[in-house]
Amino acid sequence: MTSLTMPQRSSSGSGLSGRKLPTWSFIAVAIAVAAIVLGLFAVTPLQGRVDYFVVLVPAYVVVQSIIAGVFEGRRSAKDRLATLMVGVAFIIAVIPLVGVLGYTIARGLKRFDVTFLTHSMRNVAEQDPNGGAYHAIVGTIEQVGIATIIAVPIGLLVAIYLVEYSRGRLGAFVSFFVDVMTGLPSIVAGLFIYALWILALHQGYSGFAGSLALVLLMLPTIVRSAEEMLKLVPSGLREASFALGVSKWRTTLRIVLPTALPGIITGVMLAIARVIGETAPLLLTVAFASSINNNPFSGAQEGLPLYVFSESSLPNETAINRAWAGALTLIIIVMLLNIVARIIARFTRARG
Amino acid sequence: MAKRIDVSGLNIYYGKFLAVEDVSMSIEPRTVTALIGPSGCGKSTFIRTLNRMHEVVPGARVNGKVLLDGDDIYASDVDPVNVRATIGMVFQRPNPFPTMSIYDNVVAGLKLRRRVRKAELDGIVERSLRSANLWNEVKDRLKKPGGSLSGGQQQRLCIARAIAVEPQVLLMDEPCSALDPISTLAIEDLIGNLKERYTIVIVTHNMQQAARVSDRTGFFNLAGVGKPGRLIEVDETAKIFSNPTEKQTEAYITGRFG
Repeated sequence: MTSLTMPQRSSSGSGLSGRKLPTWSFIAVAIAVAAIVLGLFAVTPLQGRVDYFVVLVPAYVVVQSIIAGVFEGRRSAKDRLATLMVGVAFIIAVIPLVGVLGYTIARGLKRFDVTFLTHSMRNVAEQDPNGGAYHAIVGTIEQVGIATIIAVPIGLLVAIYLVEYSRGRLGAFVSFFVDVMTGLPSIVAGLFIYALWILALHQGYSGFAGSLALVLLMLPTIVRSAEEMLKLVPSGLREASFALGVSKWRTTLRIVLPTALPGIITGVMLAIARVIGETAPLLLTVAFASSINNNPFSGAQEGLPLYVFSESSLPNETAINRAWAGALTLIIIVMLLNIVARIIARFTRARG
Repeated sequence: MAKRIDVSGLNIYYGKFLAVEDVSMSIEPRTVTALIGPSGCGKSTFIRTLNRMHEVVPGARVNGKVLLDGDDIYASDVDPVNVRATIGMVFQRPNPFPTMSIYDNVVAGLKLRRRVRKAELDGIVERSLRSANLWNEVKDRLKKPGGSLSGGQQQRLCIARAIAVEPQVLLMDEPCSALDPISTLAIEDLIGNLKERYTIVIVTHNMQQAARVSDRTGFFNLAGVGKPGRLIEVDETAKIFSNPTEKQTEAYITGRFG
């Protein structure tokens, strides 16, 4: 951890300068504490690498704060303590992120090749080293694509209604149900579509049924984020447009929406990222398939989450490797979508 | 093309709260009418009722009459969108549309209201920017975003945008309060030019400005916190600033207020 101290200055009579710990002292304290804890692990029953860091980090935070308190005074001790805790919290938050990403890339690259991207699992047994996820990639893109096409216009219109038009009761009612839907467990969305679309309406498994379940999950995210973005548009812009004699719907369409567009795109991306890895609703609505099915409206399809789920539950190393490569593909798709969204947002963002 | 406005017995409400009470005044065509008064006295609220911008705020309503050349703008068959097209407005803070270039900002009102032929637009942009004393400063960068201009230039851009739709009346709600003295001077000069063609109503906190730019001045005041604002008197600017009829007006303009 870097420190923000200045080199020690001789104290003048003004009372403005105080004693400051030099930068090297932080490294020295860290090494000393590390050594002492290491000694502690040697003589006591404490052991294990993880345990070592669990003891070391709080010990360093406490010792460094006490030393700062002794040399620099109480206020500085509190400052050091708070700074160190924020830093530790940051590292703890980043570890799983980097860990998940790094591990998935490392494991996924073993089978992430042209064969994987261009072949399905048709006539491929679990112990075979070949096979791929082409059918799953097609399925995921179709399912999530259809879900986005349905959810974005509805979500955007609901958000526009809530921000620009609703007065009183109905708006509060809609807003409440959007909140309730935000907390909807994904398996419940899947069950609902299964009961309605497949059991009651006899439609059979299809990618489209999966899309319907994903729509239920995307809608609240899109409504909420678009609503927040529309609220951020200064009312002065609406008034400026009204004052030019522009009608309300044209103001909304031509002034408010373009101003909020970059944020809305980000919200849509978050919604897509949220549902692209959903497995539970697809289990009930899309089912599994090992062959390519390009038609999302008829017959069972595969999706990347389903692919990862089924391959990872097999005992063979070949299958496990395919599962990791599938997970990596999922991450790459989300990343590519994010890059595309950034580019779109850049071309449409408020200038100046 | 300038029109006159006659206000009679106008009460302005926010929900149940009576914000401005019983205003009656006439605004002559091709003149500048300044509205002065302490903060919270209802000047801005009043000016916003003149083009029905007041009702954009939920719960806001009025009763009384506002006549534009004899037609009541609050009549039930009047579309507020048409009122605002006839009576333009410039706001306290410059608010150019951030997604649009300087050029698009100027023609935003036209393009958003009706189909216009592209060939017409160039002429309208130049004419409006010249009227707003901004043409020479921006003619080489019309495609740059409106937000890239300085505050004073942005405000003149907003004025250009307002006059591009050729309103009959121009309302200005403290147009200079966010600007430095040089930009203020530029806008005051502009007001002097614009009054040859438009009826102008300007709200200002700056009494020197009211004295410099206006032909007639109205003084608003309120009796106390929570009480409605009232129009105390309206008269020739010279008379208001030299020999006002009401004691309150004299106290306010000489700085012995409250």
